[in-house]
Amino acid sequence: MILIGERINGMFKDIGKAVREHDPKPLQEWAVKQKEGGAHYLDVNTGPNSEDQTVDLPWMVKTVMEVSDLPLAIDTTDYDAMEAALIAYGKPGALINSIGCEQEKIDRVFPMAAKYQADVVCLCISKSGIPKSAEERVALAMEFVANAEVYGLQPDNLFIDPIILPVNVAQEHAVEALETIRQIKLLSNPAPLTTIGLSNVSQKTPHRPLLNRTFAVMAMTAGLDSAILDANDDMMVDAIASARVILNKDIYCDSYAKVFRQR
Amino acid sequence: MATNMLKEKYSGKINTVTLGATKEQGGTRTSTVTVGGESTMPFLQFEGDMPLKPVVAMEIQDINPGWHPVLNQVYAEVMDCPVAWAKKCVEFGADMIYLKLAGAHPDNGDKSPEDCAKIVKDVLAAVGVPLIVVGCGEDEKDNAVLPVVAEAAAGENLLIGCAKQDNYKSVAAAAMVHKHKVLAASPLDINICKQLNILISELGLAADNVLIDPSTAALGYGIEYTYSILERGRLGALSGDKMLSQPVICQVGYEAWRAKEAVATEEDFPNWGNQADRAILWEAMTATGLLQGGAHVMVLRHPEAVRLVKKNAEELMVKAEI
Repeated sequence: MILIGERINGMFKDIGKAVREHDPKPLQEWAVKQKEGGAHYLDVNTGPNSEDQTVDLPWMVKTVMEVSDLPLAIDTTDYDAMEAALIAYGKPGALINSIGCEQEKIDRVFPMAAKYQADVVCLCISKSGIPKSAEERVALAMEFVANAEVYGLQPDNLFIDPIILPVNVAQEHAVEALETIRQIKLLSNPAPLTTIGLSNVSQKTPHRPLLNRTFAVMAMTAGLDSAILDANDDMMVDAIASARVILNKDIYCDSYAKVFRQR
Repeated sequence: MATNMLKEKYSGKINTVTLGATKEQGGTRTSTVTVGGESTMPFLQFEGDMPLKPVVAMEIQDINPGWHPVLNQVYAEVMDCPVAWAKKCVEFGADMIYLKLAGAHPDNGDKSPEDCAKIVKDVLAAVGVPLIVVGCGEDEKDNAVLPVVAEAAAGENLLIGCAKQDNYKSVAAAAMVHKHKVLAASPLDINICKQLNILISELGLAADNVLIDPSTAALGYGIEYTYSILERGRLGALSGDKMLSQPVICQVGYEAWRAKEAVATEEDFPNWGNQADRAILWEAMTATGLLQGGAHVMVLRHPEAVRLVKKNAEELMVKAEI
């Protein structure tokens, strides 16, 4: 299970301020802290108040790389800023986060992924919005897989996100998202990877950590490969480590939860 | 239609571990042994690296163990003298000497730690290959003996053991202080094997100072349990599990020479054929089977089994054209 640490995001006050002032400290502290928590990737996002993402995002990438060798998930829908950030990243293995299922976005981003040897988070959203049923979501996933081949990407360069909505207002979506994950794993060989913006499931509910980790375990059972989440939520990381053991993905030992964080 | 070779890609690899130290490295060995480093399943060199071939350690003991007549015959002249015995094994092609300090056992002579250390020093002086030194198996005594041995042989980069789940601190600490490697033994249980490696690393001894002894079963007596544990551990290591990435030792000689099929006479079991041939093959077959599971060091007894296993390992190391 690949954990993408969500914390270096300008939506959080401390990071937003740091991005505006180009103050490296908060970013670097969170980079170290999230790795200690168990993160395998670090998401970087300027937040909504960046005046020029093509400047701020590459700065964020370089700032985080000074203290961390974890791969980065570069989080923006401004694809010029994305390309600038990929150039700043300067090595293979970044994660482009993200694109929706629209041909012009695919045509812009997939060649970029191939050029910079990056993987791509692909959201099961079309121009007409978020589909309700698993079938419609899987149809979008198939579009991504078919396009990957056209642009010389492998299916497992894709992290397909079925999209999860808050369970208090869109309760019927969660089970469709789980079914989508199951079916995505059958689309090709090698199968695409799956990911999810985990914290969405609990937006504006009073039970966020409990809902988040319950859904994480359910989604892993359905075949989830990765999630964007709070890597410092220890109960969450413990639940994920436990699920990996129960699914026989990691070999059990008494200290399994600790070992999972060290990987 | 063109055929595409299916090649698995792994993210992890087996640790590379060197045993023994030459003069330049602070020891007195004339040769060292390096094992591990694989990034693929055993011998599948078409999809990954297998840079080093498996090696053979030959077992000797500090007191005459009174082995099976077929073995006693080979070692008759030397079994009462570990120094002469070690030299003989090197002549037979041993890459390493495995010295069991059986005479330290309270029921077996109860040698003092200092006497044990002297034997180790004598063997070190007699041969140039790296040494594996294990205690008598009685925890309390081994905890007294192994630190003294470790200190006396400081600089030689021994492999000392055995560390066990309920008794690992003393030997691991001795190895850490005097810069030796530790043999971590678990009872055919991959969960305990992994946990023991974690416990040792939590003491501060880095993971690449450890070799795994998963406990070996002989052909016909549960070898498949050992084999499947080896395979599972190897797959774990290749998928990035650092606490299963240690190279593996199999104590084949001890187990194989306990099997009824190795020791029963032809007189008693005429259908089983010549006993000496059968015993040697029992040992060699156990070892070659476990080579396929990914073992790195085979601890053997009979020189003919050593020859057969080394030949097999050499042939398996030839890179196939694929």
